[in-house]
Amino acid sequence: MPIWGYRTHETVESKRMEERSETPIEVLLRELTPQVLGSVIRRFRDFASAEDAVQEALLAAAMQWPRDGLPDNPRAWLTRVAFRRITDQIRSEWARRRRESELALDPALTLESTGIETPPREDDTLILLFMCCHPALTSASAIALTLRAVGGLTTAEIARAFLVPEATMAQRISRAKQSIRDSGIPFQLPTAGERAQRLRSVLHVLYLIFNEGYTSSAGPRLRRDDLSHEAIRLTRIVRKVQPNDAEVAGLLALMLLTDARRLARTTPEGELVPLAKQDRALWDREQIAEGVALLSAVLAKGSVGPYQLQAAIAAVHDEAGRSEDTDWSQILALYELLRRMSDNPMVSMNHAIAAAMVHGPSKGLELLEALDSDPRLGGHHRLDAVRAHLLEMAGDHNGAITNYRIAAGRTASIPERNYLMTQAARLSESTGR
Amino acid sequence: MKYILMMTGTKADFDAYAKWSKEDLQRNVAFMRAFSKELKDSGVYVATEGLAWPHEAKIVRAGKDGEPITDGVFPESKEFLAGYWIIDVESPEEAYKIAARASAAPGSGGKPGSMPIEVRQVLSSHADLGL
Repeated sequence: MPIWGYRTHETVESKRMEERSETPIEVLLRELTPQVLGSVIRRFRDFASAEDAVQEALLAAAMQWPRDGLPDNPRAWLTRVAFRRITDQIRSEWARRRRESELALDPALTLESTGIETPPREDDTLILLFMCCHPALTSASAIALTLRAVGGLTTAEIARAFLVPEATMAQRISRAKQSIRDSGIPFQLPTAGERAQRLRSVLHVLYLIFNEGYTSSAGPRLRRDDLSHEAIRLTRIVRKVQPNDAEVAGLLALMLLTDARRLARTTPEGELVPLAKQDRALWDREQIAEGVALLSAVLAKGSVGPYQLQAAIAAVHDEAGRSEDTDWSQILALYELLRRMSDNPMVSMNHAIAAAMVHGPSKGLELLEALDSDPRLGGHHRLDAVRAHLLEMAGDHNGAITNYRIAAGRTASIPERNYLMTQAARLSESTGR
Repeated sequence: MKYILMMTGTKADFDAYAKWSKEDLQRNVAFMRAFSKELKDSGVYVATEGLAWPHEAKIVRAGKDGEPITDGVFPESKEFLAGYWIIDVESPEEAYKIAARASAAPGSGGKPGSMPIEVRQVLSSHADLGL
């Protein structure tokens, strides 16, 4: 346990830990989920029925194991129960079809052999991730399916995290399974040529899950931050099966280094605290150390990608004891590399902030001006918020007030709006405007 | 991102609706049911409610002692909320498309209507200014 030694946050944190705590059986079940599901899909080929059968097996285990004790081989137990469930399903489906049209079933699905144990395959988890994060799915579907099939979360838990009714989430998951079925995606690793691209989709989905949890400032009562931890857990799984991919390690490091600041980025009431004003004693040193170690190991290997660069930027922030000690010229250099790699206007915006910190606000404002004409950013409140911030740095308080207010009018986030309105109010009181 | 789709009308609009034929009403109700089901089936549904008609609507203000003072006098032009849907979609364009479907609900004579639907984003608790 890292030492934060801070009163109010300490209570918040211990409450969070308490809410998050899972029983050892729950932890084990979630670990086994993708392995068992992989075996069942490999055997029966139908993703949707396999997923349903595994959910039933997990439910049976959650009820029986605490009462009867753990079976000798929990994975085999779950696989067997899931096989039995899916066999029952196929039997009744078979009977129904026979009644209707005497159609023969796929001979590969002979029922006699279902007691046979399928050996665990390391690849299964990875194949499952490739399926759940298939580019044919919308990101909302991919996220829901990944959390359920790979993460082993219940539909109710996923629904709660995204603040939608359970029935809506159930529908999203079932539609996602349907599109996997319709697209006929086989349960096998993508070809060598496709693999890198498909792995990028997986990492992107994991990044979205992380961000969904991390950017939420709703306070501990909604437990949305569990999503960040789930994303970290899933990324660790990917790292286990793809230990040599530098970007997988980069993403994991980025998550750890960013999540380390989570307690400091909002007040216990959910108000936003900008990086420069955060209480760094609240940062999780242990997590920072893990992220830095992970990052240093992969950076030494050479092939640098965008996740590693973003992790490196996060590490520079994390390593500064005080905000004024931040090595902004290093951050600027890293953003310059990142900008060359990805044509993302958000990257250019952050680059402008770093340039302002190194060369002064007018340089940053000049770079922001070039972004005004970018249709991908046009009217985005973050651009106005950053401009307000840089104008304030430059001493143009009236300009800053105007831009803080424009940003407040454009954001769709309650804590952001509160923060921006407060900035405008603070400046306007001091300037008497 | 979540959006609220609000169907609004003046008292005159509500009065006109009250005079629809049985067939028109049935068609409209059937459409509304199917529309809600469609939202649920496609995994975007968050919530929906219909409101009582505005004839009994009251504006409440706190008096000096905090006691409610109610008033029911509204200008004829006032738009009243008739009901709303809250949906969770991936883009504003998707929300507009769904709003247009609601707007085209069959009106008098069974012709697709073009009722105004006010679309507003629902504030979230997500914050990331990058500062």
